[in-house]
Parts: sequence; structure tokens; C-alpha cells
Amino acid sequence: MDRVEEMLGEVRRTFKGGRTRGVEWRKAQLQALLNLLAENEDKIIEALRQDLGKHPVEAYRDEVGVVKKSATNAFRCVEKWMAPQKGRIPVVFFPARGAVVSEPLGVVLIFASWNFPISLALDPVIGAISAGNTVVLKPSDLAPKCSSFLANTIPLYLDPEAIKVVEGGKDISEQLLQLKWDKIFFTGSPQVARLIMSAAAKHLTPVTLELGGKCPTILDTLSNSSDLQVAVKRIVGGKWGPCNGQACIGIDYVLVETQFAPVLIELLKKFIKRFYGENLKTLENLARIVNKHHFERVHNLLKDPNVAATIVYGGSVDEENMVIEPTILLNPPLDAEIMTEEIFGPLLPIITLNNIEESIQFINSRPKPLAIYAFTKNDSLKEKILQETSSGSLTFNDAIIQFVADTLPFGGVGQSGFGRYHGKFSFDTFSHEKAVLHRSFLIELEPRYPPWNDFKMDFVKLAYDFDYVGLVLLLLGLRGLFRRNRRQ
Amino acid sequence: MAMVDAEAIVKELRETYASGKTKNYEWRVSQLKALLKIAEHHEKEIVDALNSDLSKPELECFVHEISMMKTSCKHALKELKRWMKPEKVKTSLTTFPSSAEIVPEPFGVVLVISAWNYPFLLSLDPVIGAIAAGNAVVLKPSEVAPATSSVLAKLLGEYMDVTAIRVVEGAVPETTALLEQKWDKIFYTGNGKVGRIVMAAAAKHLTPVVLELGGKSPVVVDSNINLKVAVRRIIAGKWGCNNGQACISPDYIITTKENVPKLLDAMKLELEKFYGNDPLKSGDISRIVNANHFHRLSKLLDDNKVVDKVVHGGQRDENNLKIAPTILLDVPEDSLIMKEEIFGPLLPILTVNKVEDSIEFINAREKPLAAYLFTGNKKLEEEFVRNISAGGLLINDTTLHLATSTLPFGGVGESGMGSYHGRFSFEAFSHKKAVLRRSFGGDVPARYPPYTPEKVRFLKALLNGNILGLIRALLGW
Repeated sequence: MDRVEEMLGEVRRTFKGGRTRGVEWRKAQLQALLNLLAENEDKIIEALRQDLGKHPVEAYRDEVGVVKKSATNAFRCVEKWMAPQKGRIPVVFFPARGAVVSEPLGVVLIFASWNFPISLALDPVIGAISAGNTVVLKPSDLAPKCSSFLANTIPLYLDPEAIKVVEGGKDISEQLLQLKWDKIFFTGSPQVARLIMSAAAKHLTPVTLELGGKCPTILDTLSNSSDLQVAVKRIVGGKWGPCNGQACIGIDYVLVETQFAPVLIELLKKFIKRFYGENLKTLENLARIVNKHHFERVHNLLKDPNVAATIVYGGSVDEENMVIEPTILLNPPLDAEIMTEEIFGPLLPIITLNNIEESIQFINSRPKPLAIYAFTKNDSLKEKILQETSSGSLTFNDAIIQFVADTLPFGGVGQSGFGRYHGKFSFDTFSHEKAVLHRSFLIELEPRYPPWNDFKMDFVKLAYDFDYVGLVLLLLGLRGLFRRNRRQ
Repeated sequence: MAMVDAEAIVKELRETYASGKTKNYEWRVSQLKALLKIAEHHEKEIVDALNSDLSKPELECFVHEISMMKTSCKHALKELKRWMKPEKVKTSLTTFPSSAEIVPEPFGVVLVISAWNYPFLLSLDPVIGAIAAGNAVVLKPSEVAPATSSVLAKLLGEYMDVTAIRVVEGAVPETTALLEQKWDKIFYTGNGKVGRIVMAAAAKHLTPVVLELGGKSPVVVDSNINLKVAVRRIIAGKWGCNNGQACISPDYIITTKENVPKLLDAMKLELEKFYGNDPLKSGDISRIVNANHFHRLSKLLDDNKVVDKVVHGGQRDENNLKIAPTILLDVPEDSLIMKEEIFGPLLPILTVNKVEDSIEFINAREKPLAAYLFTGNKKLEEEFVRNISAGGLLINDTTLHLATSTLPFGGVGESGMGSYHGRFSFEAFSHKKAVLRRSFGGDVPARYPPYTPEKVRFLKALLNGNILGLIRALLGW
């Protein structure tokens, strides 16, 4: 406890010292982060291979590259983000000027998760730094190599008095949560998120909760075969590509019309084989399951006999290497765990509907997911999905890539969390928007002050109605002639 | 035992919300117009209720409650179309070809818990935001202002679509019953103690919260300024705002030692002009809301550490729950009055050697909802804006920033989280959904395994937005 308290004390002193507020410091830290990435790419890729068996391309695409892009964008834009925004002021306040000034919240705590242990740690850090905060980062202990890489490397590049990494598990997290932070940013599961928010409530600390949920994919019946090929490739890429389904925005299940399911299954098989191979022992380009616990959890989803009976592809596991084959299920029971819990692994249920429009009701009868994907060329269906479903994000005709669009906010709603980040949204998430209004001593409006009388009442009413002509008449003493029966 | 079936109410509102009715632009407009009608047709009833709850002067009722609410409603009606419009955003090379937009959508069923000090405005202003954003809403007005609470229940019941907008009256048991339900957003105005309870209850359901709290909002008064104007503006913000029972009321003044005599004289003079010789008799000042708060404030004044510090006022009338505008000078920092939010007509003046020292003084305390500075010194002004963290800052006036719909209103740290007013109200009750549209074209093989070194190069260029690199990678260089 003493250790974390000491650490918090130090970053708080640094924040009070004021250096993190300057644009120079922010840019220097972002540049340092870019250097860290450039000089340690191999180490990061190796750590990711050890923790999760990620292929270097996947490691670069989902981790190194993503962070680099975010840091570069923040470096370019931070000055612009920091500029106060002008606000228009009502005429009765004249002369006055107003602005919204973004200021750092102070000392922020970031909990990263294990599935993207580098990007989900550093992406929020970029936001926190851009906004001028000091940071304590707690990487996930379930990705130990990445955690220790961050703990060992960050102090060599970033300002060690302002940005700290603390490693550890549940004990450390509990200690951290007892302290007062100015913001807590959490990526992980709803169960832990509830604990985080309850702890934050004691100190009135605002939180951003980046959770997950069962992200559905709606696949409309596509008549054009090349469209269909593209769609299925994107589904395969969106399911097994990012950390083998262990991603908060990974595809959880597919909704499709009954007669279209066989076509879909054939194509899925084709691309799974092409991308990852067929033999369980020689699967390539797939991350493994992170640990024993999760391996068991995912494996158990398949053990339910009613679920096992619905497997149409895959289903075999290699316990020793913690590999689960890409697995497709057709219509597993909706009350089975595989359809009530977030899968977070390489299983893909396909749920058939009579009509694709039923997918909206299907989705709406479940908790709000972090992402919805819909593959369709039907504009009215698109509009219906857009208007009638709710989710963190909605992507048409693709999957996952909304994550790399800096101009779009990334974050959940309902069960998938709240608060958002990426690009300028990251900056805003770690900033307080301070309203600043400047007035001069000139022009005093007598009716602002007591003792109150009818004249003042009239004045105020007119001012509120923005009835400036009436105001002038009132001041000239002519108002009575035009008086409407306002006060009766 | 709560006298309310919170579960049934939420269930009904959820059904209404699920029907999609509240999402319609026309529905939102009709409800905002109905709210406006309430304010227009029932002004007298509302003023009477406020008078009964707080003896609030009619003009104050009008300025701070009814008009503000009407302005806010009209503003929402005028801007609603624009607010609802999806915001197109640029997309980058990484997701090319695509188009993207941010679509505001309602959270669903929201709970608004309001406060007793501005029981009309603080109830309906958030409700305006909730309706504008297309939510179904339950309003729980404060039981400490019972007349206004029942007027709200009655009028909203008559004018609004009760399948989507409800008022639940009650105290702690009712609030507790409400907080046990799952809401899609909770908007609370009040104090930090209850704020913590609200947030902890929200945590169970992962419900986002807006907490509009208060704090000790300081006023820094520099020398060499137009003291008369400054003092009048301080008085208007302190005693002219519900007799100091406002979350953004000046809580204490910081000034330099040599400035004190002039400042005090000016304050006494203007106070007398405003409220006469016997302010306990003035009809232009609110009373203390109830006996509880009267005793709380009395305790602050009777604290041994400050009894000899009163330099003006101090009169109390327990029967009528009135306390006169009271100024205290140089109260010790460890006195009760400096340890909690005053929320009443007591105003301590603290002195510093240099006016710049006030910044450190303020920063050593919890972040207030507002901080005020009266100065003619640009440098000091800049320093103040840069170094003071507060919900809002206002230079050379008090409380006016609240009425500026282009500025977000909300706290930071101990003064709360989240903001509202104008567009910010709409946003407080909206989820910003990210929508990305792609076509089936433009697929690059590099996205998919099996992975090769060429694909790595391509991806690097793509993520870096490096067009030249991209072309090179495509050409296989």
C-alpha cells in the first residue's frame, strides 16, 4: 500500500508542479512514446508472441501500428485540441466574452486489459498525456511479458516522475482503487467495471468504462457473389483475426436468413482453411487462448451437449498449447451460455431468422453491444438498423476497422460501458471543459439588483424574451403604451 | 417503506421507449412545447409554490427559475433539429473507401433527481435535455421543497405524455427505491454525500451519471477596481440568489488586507440600499428553506472560532427562518464555516498579503463549482484562468455563466462530473454512436492471413497514412 501511495504522491506533486500542462511537455512525451515504439518494435512483437501467440503481422496491425497512428495523430493535433473554444454570449450580458478551456483532470489511473496488452494500455495513455495529466498505468497481469515490457521500458522514455507503470494483480488493483484519482479509465469486463465504479464513487471520481458484449453481425442475403466473398472474408477476419476472437469488438455471432446459412457456412469454411489452415496442430496466424482459465471457460461453452450438437465446423481443442480450433455452430440454443455470455474466443454461432429484419428485434432484446456489424446493400434495412438498434458503434459492410478511425468516438453504451476515446475524444475524456466567462465593469443593468419593483420585473421579462425593442421602449418610459397584458 | 412502485414505473416507461415514440422529432417538440405551456400558463402557481417553499421574491422566481427554464426550452426547440443531425466526420486512408458519422441517440429511460434550492429550474432544465435527446424520463423533485414538488407532479401529469414522462414525489425511501432500478442515465443535482450514494447505486447497473454538486466557490477581489460594481455583483450572486442557497453562490471572499476596509464599507452600503435597515423584514430576499438548514447555519455562526468575527449582520429570526446577510472577517481556516459549503447568507472574507496568494489558497482546497475574480489586471486574470480548476470561471461578475447556453455547466472533482445547458444538455442525455459505412470494394489482401513480409510493409504504410509507402508496397518495391 505504501508503495502505491508513494507513487501517487509523486505523480500528484509532478502535476501540481505544472510542467505537464505545457504543450512542450505533452509533445515531448508523445514523441518519446513514438521513439519507444520505433526502437522496441521487435521486443513488443516478441512479448505479444509469448503472451498470446500473436503473429507479427497481427501484432503490428492491432498493437504497434495502432498506437503509432494514435500517437502521431495526437502529436500533430494536440495544440489545436488545447485551444480554447469560443462561445457566443447573450446580448444582455454585453460586453462579455466566453470560452471553453480544456484543462487536465489531474492524476489519472488506467487499467489495461490482456487481449491487446500494448494498444489498450498505450492508447489511453496517449489521451491522458495529450490532455496534460500525470498517469499511473496498471497493465494486465494476464499478459505478463507485455506488462513487464511496459514497466521496464516506459520509464526509459517517458517522464518517470509523471508517468508510472505499476505491475500486479488483484491485490494491487484493490490498493490502487482505495486511493483518490481524478479519473479512472478501465478496459475489461462488466463484473470488474462495477467494482471500479463503486470504488470511484467514494471519491467522486469520473470513470470511463470500456467493456465488451456480444457484438452481432447481421448478414443480409447478398446476391452478388463477389460481394458475398468480401463480406465473408471480412467476417472471418473480424472473428478470428483480432486475437482469435478475444477482442471486445470481435464478432460474437452472425444473424442470417435460414436459406442463406448453408452458403455462408461453406464460404466460412473455405476462408478459414485458406487463412488459418485445417489441421489443429498446424494452425497458423491465430492467437492462442490467453491462459488455462480462459481456455477452460471457452471449452466449457462447447461441452453443453445441446451446444455440441450444433457444431458444424471445428470444435477440436489442443489443451497443451491452449489452442481452440475456429469453430462454427448453427443455431445453438439461445438459453445456452454460448448465447447468453460474451464468447471472447474462437467460437462463432450462426443464428438463423426467417427474415433478416428480425435481427433488429433479436439484438434489441439483449444488452447493448459495443459494436454491431451489418453486411447489406439494402438502404432501407441500413436505415432501420441505424435508427432502431443501439450500440457503441455501428459498421456497415465491414468489421473491426471502426477501431482505427480517429474521427469516430470509440466506446460503449449500456452494458458495453460508457465514455469514449480515440483521436480528439481521447483528449476530451481526460480533460475538464472549463467554462470561462469574462465581463467588464462597464454597463451595469440596474434591474439586476434589489429592491425589486415592477419596472425591474418588466425589464427582466423582456430581456429573457430577447425582446430588445421592448427593452428600449421600457427604458424610454414608453413601454406602458405598448404593454401587452403579460402579468394578468 | 417507499410509497412508489418504482419497478412498475420503469417497466412502463421502458415499454414506451421500446415503441420508439420518444425518438420522434415531433414527439420531442410536442413535449418541449408542453413544458413551455406549463411555464406560461401557470406562472402564478409556480411562483406561489416557490414562495411557500423558500419565500423566494417574485422577481427571483421569475429570473432564476421560470425564465431560465423557458429560455432553455425555447433554445432546445430552436436548435433541436440541428442537434439531432448526425455529424459527418472525415475518414482516413486506413479505412478507405468509407464514410463515417456520429449519430446521437437517446440513452433510453433516465432518472433526474433534483434539488430544493431552485426546485423548478433544477427539475425541468435537465428534463428538457432528456426530452430533447429523446429519452423517457422520471423526475424526482426534492421533498425539501414540497409545494414545488407537488406543483410539478400535478402540472407534468396534466401536460406531458405520462407514458414517457413521470414525476415521482418522495423522500429517502422513494429515492432509494428508484435508485435500485436499472436506468440508462442518472442526472443528480445536490450534494457530494448523496452524489456518492447515487454513483455507487449506478455502478451496480453500469449506469453513467451526471453529478451536479456544489462546493465552496471563492471570489477573489483585487484592489484598484470599480468596487461599487464589483460589490453589487457579489451581492446579486450571494444574497440575490436564493439568499446564498445556490450551488454557484459566492462562498467566501479573498482579498488583500489593505483592501478590506473599502470593500467592507462598499458592501455595507450596497446591502443597505438593496435590503434596507432591517433585512430580516425585506421581501427581496429568500428565507432559509427549513429548520434543519437554519440550525446548520446557526451552528456555523455559533462556532467559538468565529463568534467574534462577524462584522456585519448576524441577525436571525428563527420563527420565520430568516438570517440577515452576514459578513465575517478573517475567520480561521479550521473553523466550521471554512470546512463545509455554507449554502446560506453567511459570507466570510479572508485576507492574503498579495492577491496572487489567493490562487494557492484555492488550489489547496477541493475544486469548486465556480470561481470568481474581480480585477483590472490582465496578467492576474490570465494566471487565474490558467491555474484555477473549477467547474466554471467568471471574471468580473458572479453566477452569470450559468445563464450562458453556449457554455457547459458542470463541476469537476468534488463539485461533480458531467455538464449540461444548451447543447451540452442534449449531449448529456445522448449516446454518440459511431457509424462507419463501407462498400464491398477496396478490400486489400494484406488484411487477411496468411501473412507475408509484403503485407507487413503494406499495413505499416496504411496505418501511418503514408500514401507513397502504400503505393510502393502495392507495387512490391
